[in-house]
Amino acid sequence: MINTYLAIVLFPLAAAIIAGLFGRLIGRAGAHTVTILGVGVACALSCWVLWRQVVDGYPAENISVYTWLVTDGVRMEIGFLVDRLSALMMVVVSFVSLMVHIYTIGYMHDDAGYQRFFSYISLFTFAMLMLVMSNNLLQLFFGWEAVGVVSYLLIGFWYTRPTAIFANLKAFLVNRVGDFGFLLGIAALLYLTNSLDYAEIFAAAEGLQDRNMLVGNWEWPALATACILLFIGAMGKSAQVPLHVWLPDSMEGPTPISALIHAATMVTAGVFMVARMSPLFEFAEAALSFVLIIGATTALFTGLIALVQFDIKRVVAYSTLSQLGYMMVAQGSSAYAAGMFHLTTHAFFKALLFLAAGSVIMALHHEQDMRRMGGLRRHLPVTYWTSLVGCLALIGFPGFAGFFSKDALIEAEHLANIPGAGYAYVCILLGVFVTSLYTFRMFFMVFHGEERLDVEARAHLHEPGWVVKLPLILLAIPSLALGWLAIGPVVFGDFFGGSLFVRPVHDVVGRLGEDWRGPVQFIIHSFKEPAVYLALAGAFVAWFGYLYRPAAAIWVRERMGPVQRLLENKYYADWVAERLLPAGSRALGNVLWRVGDVRLIDGGLVNGSARLVAWGSELIRRLQSGLLYDYAFAMVIGLAVLGFWLLFTPTGAG
Amino acid sequence: MLFAGERLGAAHRWFAVGIAALTFLLSLPLYLGFDNSTADFQFVERVAWIPAFRAEYFLGIDGLSLPLVLLTTFLTPIVVIAGWEVIKTRTAQYFAAFLILEGLMIGVFSALDGLLFYVFWEAMLIPMFIIIGIWGGERRVYATIKFFLYTFLGSVFMLLALIYLYLQTGGYSILGFHTVPLSMTEQMPIFLAFLFAFAVKVPMWPVHTWLPDAHVEAPTGGSVILAAVLLKMGGYGFLRFSLPIAPDASQSLALLMIVLSLVAVVYIGFVALVQSDLKKLIAYSSIAHMGFVTLGFFIAWAILARTGEVTGIGMGITGGVVQMISHGFISGALFLCVGIMYDRLHTREIGAYGGVVNTMPVFAAFFVLFALANAGLPGTSGFVGEFLVILASFRANFWYAVLAGTTLILGAAYTLWMIKRVVFGAIANEGVGSLQDLSRREFLILALMAGGVLIIGLWPAPLVDMMSASVDKLVIQVTQSKL
Repeated sequence: MINTYLAIVLFPLAAAIIAGLFGRLIGRAGAHTVTILGVGVACALSCWVLWRQVVDGYPAENISVYTWLVTDGVRMEIGFLVDRLSALMMVVVSFVSLMVHIYTIGYMHDDAGYQRFFSYISLFTFAMLMLVMSNNLLQLFFGWEAVGVVSYLLIGFWYTRPTAIFANLKAFLVNRVGDFGFLLGIAALLYLTNSLDYAEIFAAAEGLQDRNMLVGNWEWPALATACILLFIGAMGKSAQVPLHVWLPDSMEGPTPISALIHAATMVTAGVFMVARMSPLFEFAEAALSFVLIIGATTALFTGLIALVQFDIKRVVAYSTLSQLGYMMVAQGSSAYAAGMFHLTTHAFFKALLFLAAGSVIMALHHEQDMRRMGGLRRHLPVTYWTSLVGCLALIGFPGFAGFFSKDALIEAEHLANIPGAGYAYVCILLGVFVTSLYTFRMFFMVFHGEERLDVEARAHLHEPGWVVKLPLILLAIPSLALGWLAIGPVVFGDFFGGSLFVRPVHDVVGRLGEDWRGPVQFIIHSFKEPAVYLALAGAFVAWFGYLYRPAAAIWVRERMGPVQRLLENKYYADWVAERLLPAGSRALGNVLWRVGDVRLIDGGLVNGSARLVAWGSELIRRLQSGLLYDYAFAMVIGLAVLGFWLLFTPTGAG
Repeated sequence: MLFAGERLGAAHRWFAVGIAALTFLLSLPLYLGFDNSTADFQFVERVAWIPAFRAEYFLGIDGLSLPLVLLTTFLTPIVVIAGWEVIKTRTAQYFAAFLILEGLMIGVFSALDGLLFYVFWEAMLIPMFIIIGIWGGERRVYATIKFFLYTFLGSVFMLLALIYLYLQTGGYSILGFHTVPLSMTEQMPIFLAFLFAFAVKVPMWPVHTWLPDAHVEAPTGGSVILAAVLLKMGGYGFLRFSLPIAPDASQSLALLMIVLSLVAVVYIGFVALVQSDLKKLIAYSSIAHMGFVTLGFFIAWAILARTGEVTGIGMGITGGVVQMISHGFISGALFLCVGIMYDRLHTREIGAYGGVVNTMPVFAAFFVLFALANAGLPGTSGFVGEFLVILASFRANFWYAVLAGTTLILGAAYTLWMIKRVVFGAIANEGVGSLQDLSRREFLILALMAGGVLIIGLWPAPLVDMMSASVDKLVIQVTQSKL
């Protein structure tokens, strides 16, 4: 099987290299053909691998590819761990990537960097596949940083735009803050287990649960510290508060990558990582609580920001932040299966929403402001209906994919009883209302109501062609149907096999599954819980405020001034990240340089000692004047001093 | 070449590159014939040199010196090619200086006789002094004097230490120095004498201020060799002299060394952030990266003290050596990149650039790659050494690892912010608008450097295996007290 796995990662890589280095040679058609072929092969093989694992019941495989290096008895390797968890991620990644490749043919049609773009997204697919297929922490970190770099390159794809190259630097640096924690987490695990290999680390986890570790001079619980450090990495990559600030700005990149990287795949790497590391987190309850609280905070408070955004992509971006928070809440409550299921459904419906937003933007000649949209339902029928599917899935309307995954997640969380669970439950319930409100606010502002288009945009208004519409339809299908088919096996069944580890005390999904009687019963049961009513209420309020009585929305806004300002400034997190920290660092750097290096070391030590030498030699030079009376004078003075010294020094006898 | 000078005509360039390439080819059998399994010195040459002092012409390499020798022979042809058209005056002498320098550097890395080492070490200052002083920039005189005095002052103390060791062992063999028992009162001054010489060379904070000046004034080739090879002599010196000769003094001063290394990483990281001169920025970045080398070496005793085990010591030393090699490639490549831009616009000010990618896309791709490598991106050589040192320092103390880890943020910040201002954006001015992309010659040298950066990053095993036996031996040497 190693050849299959190698083919899955190397086909997209080879395609990326061909399109990147020989783009001019093979032309535009050559570039998209070769990359779609590469990713297509990866997607087909990934589906086959998932089928073998889940349906044919082949066991998980743990294969080493090559030894990166050996030092101090630690063998660092590149290798694959392909089990049901990674196989699912492989399918999600390669399928969404394939859709985005096809869609890009339409979206980037007029762009001069066509080949470069295809090269980047294929390279991204390679890096992401390496990340999910890894069997050790080293390769995980490789993939982790590699997807970050491709994201950096893609956000800054239009490199002449000042906003784009500002956003990509910000994204990279904020991610680096997370990676800093992640690297320390890896170091902690190496320290505790002397290995980077998943299998060996997981085997040691239970024995570590009561162990303490010296942090400076304090004793901290070792495993929880390591897990929290790893999770800081996830907070960067999966944009959890307070490291979320980079994701909305990442929308400066072309829309296809917003769908692929900043919604469906890369940003879920943190969620995947926690699931992958479940054998560790399960023995570190403090870390689980940490995950839960951060996730819940992200879920509610970033959702609120989406309410005041007018850029269509930013609404979807804040919605992504909020949904990532939901996934983290699931991981923190040990409902890994529910979290992974929400990750999967979200990948489809959020990619759909982004691509639909991209379709709207294209139709309006790169207009992104919702205040200049409205009434597009008649002009963009396919986009309208597929968007509706995406929106209903996002708010968790009964029967849609997002409903099954989010409801399972919320109910599982309700059963958790680790510290922070109560706070998280409140956050995610309120979050449901907020989600529904901003989703339908966007939907109504774009597709319903009066047309507020520019004359220019109105003149060219048309729905894009089939390379755009086909991915929308193909993504709408799982957004509709995936919940019905998959919730049973994936959340309550044995889909993940042994790839997720849950201790019996934390097994909230298991307890929830005791009442499991099929998807229809699940829907009926959901009407006994508040979440569904909150979702419907949100949609209703959006309809009332943005379609039926627009004055009402304005009335509310006027009375919520301070809140409005707080939200419009995104809780001032951007101000800290963009103004305070960089300016502070530069000020510190200037002080260290001008005072430390230039004045103290160079001015004092180096040139000072040079001056000292110069001064000394000047003195000596003056003494050696060569004039006889100078020397005679010196002799007289010397004799006088000597005489006084002899006269006034008490002798030993005296 | 020095004497034939211009009379060689156009052929002197080919002669120089031919010799340099031949040297590289001759160094390959060292790698191919090298036995990884032993820590003994190999390819030994030993003849009497100055019998009166029992000084010998005694050369040999082990796993710590071989990578550095190969780095030197690999980079010299590149530097010669880099100076191909750029150097306009006294070209033959310019190339001759680099070839002499190459010989002396290889001598430093392979000398096993203390006096011979000292001669190579000091002689090497002369061609470097000349390279900066003749082909350098406007303030070259200030820079050369500063460079010369700093390093010369440092090595005078080393000579005293070598003479003392000669008196103790009755010879200049470094291997003899390793085994001679020394009391703490002897080790301490010896360690400090060596420290002064090596710390200036590395350079460690606070004796680092000569480096930015020297780099700024040096011609491109001089900067490349200075950053890529000369700085490594300091790190090599610690491994060859300080640690094995004075392990107990090293132990008692380890905390000081760790603190100085971490200051280099953090303090210099901030300083690099505010530089407006490209070469100064890279020079400061070099100092920060070299902090990892000394950190990797001196956490050994902190690990021993904290865990009571030797596990992790070898990882730190390996990481330090890998960092030296990797930094040779990355900083060398970055200086080549700056040189390529300088040749076109004759300025090193970051503010004079902007939007270079529009006119030089191929160059921009290389520059971004090297910048990411400088920021320690996994898959490039810049990651390997820092990764190993951070992993090892976690064993010594959590907070060492935290402070060392800040390089992930600071390194990315100063490097990529520079890239943002120089490479990306719209075309900033007419100068940038008129830029020509890489010539074939420039493409060749950058491609060779990129190859080195990626190969070490993706598969460091051959490099690490080469040194592992010697590192194991060094671990034993440093953990056995001489008292």
